[in-house]
Amino acid sequence: MATTTQTAAPHWAHVRVQPNWLVRLFDWKPLLIVVCLLPAVGLLMVFLTYPLGLGIWLAFTDTTIGKSGQWVGLENFEYLMGDPQFWQAVFYSVFYTTVATVGKFGLGLWLALLLNNHVPFKTILRAIILLPWITPTVLSAIAFWWIYDPQFSIISYVFVDALGVRDTYFDFLGSAWPARWSLIAANIWRGIPFVAISLLAGLQTISPSLYEAALLDGSTAWQRFRYITFPLLLPILAIVMTFSIIFTFTDFQLVYAITRGGPVNSTHLMATLAFQRGIPGGALAEGAAIAVAMIPFLVFATLFSYFALARRKWQQGEGND
Amino acid sequence: MANIITRRDALRLTAGGAAALALAGEAGAQVPRTDAGAPPFNPEKGASLRILRPARFVEPDETIFRANVAKFQETTGIQTRVDFVGWEDIRQQSAVAANTGTGPDIVLGWAEDPHVYVDKVIEVTDVAEYLGRRYGGWTFLGEKYGKKAGTNNWIGIPFGGSTGPLVYRKSALKEAGFETIPNDHAGFLKCCQEFKRINKPAGFALGNAVGDGNGFANWLIWSHGGYLVDEAGKVAINSKETIQALTYLKDLYATFVPGTLAWLDPSNNRAYAASECWLTANGVSMYFALKNDPGTRAVAEDTEHQFLPFGVVGKPPQASLIINAMVFRHTKFPGAAKSFIRFMLESEQYDPWLTGCLGYWSHTLRAYSKSAVWSSDPKIAVYRNGTENEFWSGYKGPITHAAGTVAAEYVMVQMCASVASGQATPEEAAREAERRARRHYR
Repeated sequence: MATTTQTAAPHWAHVRVQPNWLVRLFDWKPLLIVVCLLPAVGLLMVFLTYPLGLGIWLAFTDTTIGKSGQWVGLENFEYLMGDPQFWQAVFYSVFYTTVATVGKFGLGLWLALLLNNHVPFKTILRAIILLPWITPTVLSAIAFWWIYDPQFSIISYVFVDALGVRDTYFDFLGSAWPARWSLIAANIWRGIPFVAISLLAGLQTISPSLYEAALLDGSTAWQRFRYITFPLLLPILAIVMTFSIIFTFTDFQLVYAITRGGPVNSTHLMATLAFQRGIPGGALAEGAAIAVAMIPFLVFATLFSYFALARRKWQQGEGND
Repeated sequence: MANIITRRDALRLTAGGAAALALAGEAGAQVPRTDAGAPPFNPEKGASLRILRPARFVEPDETIFRANVAKFQETTGIQTRVDFVGWEDIRQQSAVAANTGTGPDIVLGWAEDPHVYVDKVIEVTDVAEYLGRRYGGWTFLGEKYGKKAGTNNWIGIPFGGSTGPLVYRKSALKEAGFETIPNDHAGFLKCCQEFKRINKPAGFALGNAVGDGNGFANWLIWSHGGYLVDEAGKVAINSKETIQALTYLKDLYATFVPGTLAWLDPSNNRAYAASECWLTANGVSMYFALKNDPGTRAVAEDTEHQFLPFGVVGKPPQASLIINAMVFRHTKFPGAAKSFIRFMLESEQYDPWLTGCLGYWSHTLRAYSKSAVWSSDPKIAVYRNGTENEFWSGYKGPITHAAGTVAAEYVMVQMCASVASGQATPEEAAREAERRARRHYR
């Protein structure tokens, strides 16, 4: 018996076909990881890491257009430290971002709450709201350039020629503060749709049963907003705010098309100043240094949004768990 | 200065619908030419050329240029390709071509460019001298920008220059009680005050306007005897002449139409066309745009041109935006490149181009002051000798990139604007301009 089983056994054994070397190679995990990641890493390296690295490198050289530079260490930054124009741009970038973000979120949230109600032609309305956002920035900037024109402003026309309540035209862009506020207004106008639509999406994820329960408990509209809407909206608010701050801080087109940083550099943002110095001015290295100087601000804004606004404690008044 | 002469306008103006080329062929006959023998250079066999130049400001600039290039290709059999790139980009592209040693054989770049790439371009002395002999010599700025500083060696061939003198309304001047615009500072101020009094104010760009803003700021300083840098290239803007000029500006600015601090390049054109501003400075393009638009023809008829007031210097204190051709050392066909430049500046080609652009470019070869374009409309006569002005961007310094940078960075414009707006005293503004200019001239 034993002999028979022994002779039968090889016959029963499953013959495993050895896969060829190529298949084995692709079954080998480390290689698979490398192959799958390569395109993504390659793209990131070529289009993200390299330009960023090059920008940072340039900031420490004295490169100009037409002349490859030499390493000069912190010389560009030292010069910028003593450059009133640079500090003016830092000031206005922070001011512009802060005021415009507050404006966009105040008005955007308000608009989102309105749109969240049942209003007739809801879909059409929502589509119209998006218009300022989908218009190419340069086009809306040119429109605002006309609106703020010292001679041909529609606003001046209405107040002076149509209503006759003023004798002189508004000088929106002729002096520092009016120009600064005018640009902020244009930026808010452009930014509201993004905030409103994003927050509207957030509002629609809030379960109606929460509001029903609150109504049964006799809550006021303010209480419902304060204790239900706002806390549940905070996570999305944090994300939207991060994006909005980054977009606003790095804004370029509005300012460049409307004032080119004037009058007398009072409306330069760091981004426009970096471009002005680097490309038309030809001082690539100095422009790069200004651009590099934006990074700490952006990192701070991002960290603030993520770690502060997204904290549970802020949302629900509980511990940091 | 905006892009407002269309080809249609040019055709209507020059030839009533006939091709501008055909007409200007006859016009070319008026340009006196000396026989200078055969040119001392010849195209290589089987040559081909690539040329880079800035995009047009006025449409005929491009169409006639292209037609001339096609003619060159036809007569010589040399494959020639022209690329037009944006005004803002050409300097960067020249830099890449110069540094990498590849790309276009000829670049029609900005004024300073051949001087920046002096060791990357070939000498074109033979072309310049040949053309000079043939067409009555080179104008002041033609020579200034063509020759390497302090030598007789030509490194660039200036094709033309664009200037922006005073443009004003005759009727307003008369109403203000003047026959011509006074040529001295006190008189000019008085004149602007009168314009303001009759509610037809003057206006000059003080915003970040590369062309108009720099033109006005340079005039203000130069006409008072001030200058950015001395002959050696040492920054000299913080001078008593500058302070005087800026003090004068305070009074002058009070007479301007509101909003000039925000004016970009097209703003004065718009304000002038709408009769909001009655005295400004601009290239010839504005006048033709007004003339060709039935809605503003009356404004054009009432328009006159005049040099900006000479002030204390006794000559027009005004520069010219020069377009300067250079041949890169990396070209395989220097002979063909030189032949191309010669061909384009010969009257059969150059005169139609000049005429088609209606005075937008002022010629750099003296014989072309006889070109029909300058007598086609007496109102544009003031543009005729635009490249004879003995002032240049970065006056009195040597021709370097720094001059271009100072203009692109609005150093002079912002010095003036900060005083006009009351943000700085003349002394502070001059000091700040000095600090900024030193950075570029270091």
